Amino acid sequence: MKNLKLFIPLGIFLVLALFLYQGLSRDPSELPSVLISRPVPDFSLPDLLNPDQHIDQAVFQGQVSLLNVWGTWCVACRVEHPFLVELANQGVAIVGMNYKDERAAALQWLEEKGDPYSINFEDKEGRLAIDLGVFGAPETYLVDHQGIIQYKHVGVVDEQVWAQMGARYRELVADQAKGAQ
Amino acid sequence: MTCSCRVLALWLLACSAAFAVIETEPLSSDELNARYRVLTDEMRCPKCQNQNLAESDSPIAADLRGEIRRLLEEGKSNADVADFMVARYGDFVLYRPALQQNTLVLWFAPAAMVLLGLLVLVLVIRYHRRRDNQASQPLNREEQQQLNALLNNDKPGES
Repeated sequence: MKNLKLFIPLGIFLVLALFLYQGLSRDPSELPSVLISRPVPDFSLPDLLNPDQHIDQAVFQGQVSLLNVWGTWCVACRVEHPFLVELANQGVAIVGMNYKDERAAALQWLEEKGDPYSINFEDKEGRLAIDLGVFGAPETYLVDHQGIIQYKHVGVVDEQVWAQMGARYRELVADQAKGAQ
Repeated sequence: MTCSCRVLALWLLACSAAFAVIETEPLSSDELNARYRVLTDEMRCPKCQNQNLAESDSPIAADLRGEIRRLLEEGKSNADVADFMVARYGDFVLYRPALQQNTLVLWFAPAAMVLLGLLVLVLVIRYHRRRDNQASQPLNREEQQQLNALLNNDKPGES
């Protein structure tokens, strides 16, 4: 009995070490999105290329798409851009939300680096961004053909991220095809 | 001594002023301003996670402060504002989380820990008291004789 008591500090240490070790592999800045399984919020914002026209949430109907939040002021977006171009070449529909940006700068960016977006709209004041729970850029949402948000990634989408996100994307495309039959 | 205390107090005051972001447009009434201060104090900035909305100077915090101002001017209650924020950024934004199933541990664990500590303390005290009581009981006859024998053995010169 006395000998067992000697092991109490070791036991406490092991439990503590286990919790701390787990903490090492977790990203504290990762927030679960509240909007998963909810429709994209209602909006009406000007088309970036054609400002007289307004885009609304109907743009997400009918095909599985990505909603990518970007801005020319965002350094990580610069890193992400080539991969988005690659995805677009593979046939992935990407809707761009130009977040708190200048139109001229945004247009120049698309001209220089290529335009991976099937459509792009401007959220200059960041009101839709707040409805979406955006807190930085880039952020990318995976939206199914009924306009329901299925997945969200905060940060750069690259090959590593797409390994998981792409699998989910293909699932959703398959679901849509099944529904259409 | 009092002088250095005053200097320290002044310094601390200056610091707290430096941490809060200065807002250029106050709300339409003092009551709204007070509620605005409470709300921005109790809500967390989603970008810079260890700051509240009042103290953070990140762009998203400024936007969210703007939303709170707008909602307050529209006559929304504090609960409405909290619901608005939680619907977009999750329970995470509230520094004072609501009492619900997944926050029970958060709310009651500290009190449970204190109670547990008190229980351990009481048990330890009682254990020691009982041991002390046992030790101070008078010896019975047999034990007294044993003790005497031992004491006498130690003094060979007298036997």
